[in-house]
Amino acid sequence: MTTLSLDSAFRRLRETDVYRSIVRHGAASTNRNRSLVVFENLFLHVHPVKVREKTLRFTHTYWLGGIALACALILTATGVLLMFYYHPSVPQAYRDMKELEFVVDNGLFLRNMHRWAAHLMVFATFLHMMRVFFHRAYRPPRQFNWVIGVVLLIVTLLLSYTGYLLPWDQLAFWGVSVGTSMAKEAPLVGEKSRFLLLGGNIVSENALLRFYVLHCVVLPVALVLMLSVHIWRVRKDGGVQGPPEESARREEVR
Amino acid sequence: MSSLPPLDLVETADPLATPRRVALVRPDLRPAVRTTDEKYVMTFPNLIVREVILFQIVVIGLALAAILFDAPLEGIANPLETPNPAKAPWYFLGLQELLHYFPPVVAGVLMPLLVVVALVVIPYARINQTAGPLWENAGPRRALALAGATGAVIALFGAFKCWPIVVPTAAISLAMFSARGGESAGAFRRAIAKVTLPEWIMVWFAVVATILTAIGTFFRGPGWSFVWPWAQAVAF
Repeated sequence: MTTLSLDSAFRRLRETDVYRSIVRHGAASTNRNRSLVVFENLFLHVHPVKVREKTLRFTHTYWLGGIALACALILTATGVLLMFYYHPSVPQAYRDMKELEFVVDNGLFLRNMHRWAAHLMVFATFLHMMRVFFHRAYRPPRQFNWVIGVVLLIVTLLLSYTGYLLPWDQLAFWGVSVGTSMAKEAPLVGEKSRFLLLGGNIVSENALLRFYVLHCVVLPVALVLMLSVHIWRVRKDGGVQGPPEESARREEVR
Repeated sequence: MSSLPPLDLVETADPLATPRRVALVRPDLRPAVRTTDEKYVMTFPNLIVREVILFQIVVIGLALAAILFDAPLEGIANPLETPNPAKAPWYFLGLQELLHYFPPVVAGVLMPLLVVVALVVIPYARINQTAGPLWENAGPRRALALAGATGAVIALFGAFKCWPIVVPTAAISLAMFSARGGESAGAFRRAIAKVTLPEWIMVWFAVVATILTAIGTFFRGPGWSFVWPWAQAVAF
């Protein structure tokens, strides 16, 4: 038996039946296997096997949609951990903030990360929209994906806003009071929709519970659904910069 | 090149018929696969590795921010003790700043609704598909129309004394008009001469939104009075 280096150990591992039952292709050292990496993987197969080299340039996307998506993933991870320590009730919700700060290991770090990621997501989503506009990436066939993007921006804002109430401190309470008092002004539906949102006429523990459910269940589900459609349509419509320029494609037709 | 004739879709009356695709090759057209000479690279590793690195950068950046800056936490919520000023989250402070100039139904309902509608219709408005540089082949009529439009916007917001919109609107329309005939001028004017009308409008929207949000966040104190950013604590 030869000396067992780490490299050969990995190679042996990759050849076992169990490994090959999970990952069906061999090492990604050939272009064939590199394409299998992408299209035999549920999560990667939204990508084409090959991409236009131009679209990898920083100035083509500034990676803004990617930054927003990264934030969404970080927010899910930190958010689930925060849920383990949080009770959506008055005054326990506020006490939980203190527990996170003084009792839970890295609790404050967790909350900080969740908050800064939320702000970055709002910011990155807005900048992503600006980038798409100024590159005119909303042109056919991608008109409707722009509309889905606008909905995603609104969902992102609502996620951030419902989360804003959860610490149940003065900042949260009055921030949400100011915002929802604006909803009241809408003709006909204003008062009713505010009552529906808050579970009462003022921001109370009913509102806290409703915002909690919206923040942790309803809006994340909406985000995942809309985001799936958004990303799938990017792929269907020819990738992050759309199909190659018409002029370049038409040359060959005649 | 001339455009291809449209394909005729023939539908049979039988709803259970199996659809068949028929290709017609016109003798004057050479059937060729549409290709492009653009360079393609393998998604793995070229794109996947970049995505992983991007994710790592975002995680590291946010972790550093989380170590350096603590999320704000004030005293427990008290409905009887209204802070002055009571502020919404930062991304709504532009709207809250508008509340200072307009009745609540305008600032809180009408304007956000208009913004959302305007954003949604962008890809369906023809001008956004076809617009070229604003002043290209433009006669005096376009200048007059735009002067009228910007004048109307300035007059409308001026009537409500909404200076945070009036001032940037005036500045941007000035830039827009200075782009006229700038094709052969210096580098800056040549650059802004390429800007289309939709782009000017979006720049205007982004600048106004940023200014309103910044004022609401950093420059508003008790009773929504003007204060300097360093004269108060700003919590995000």
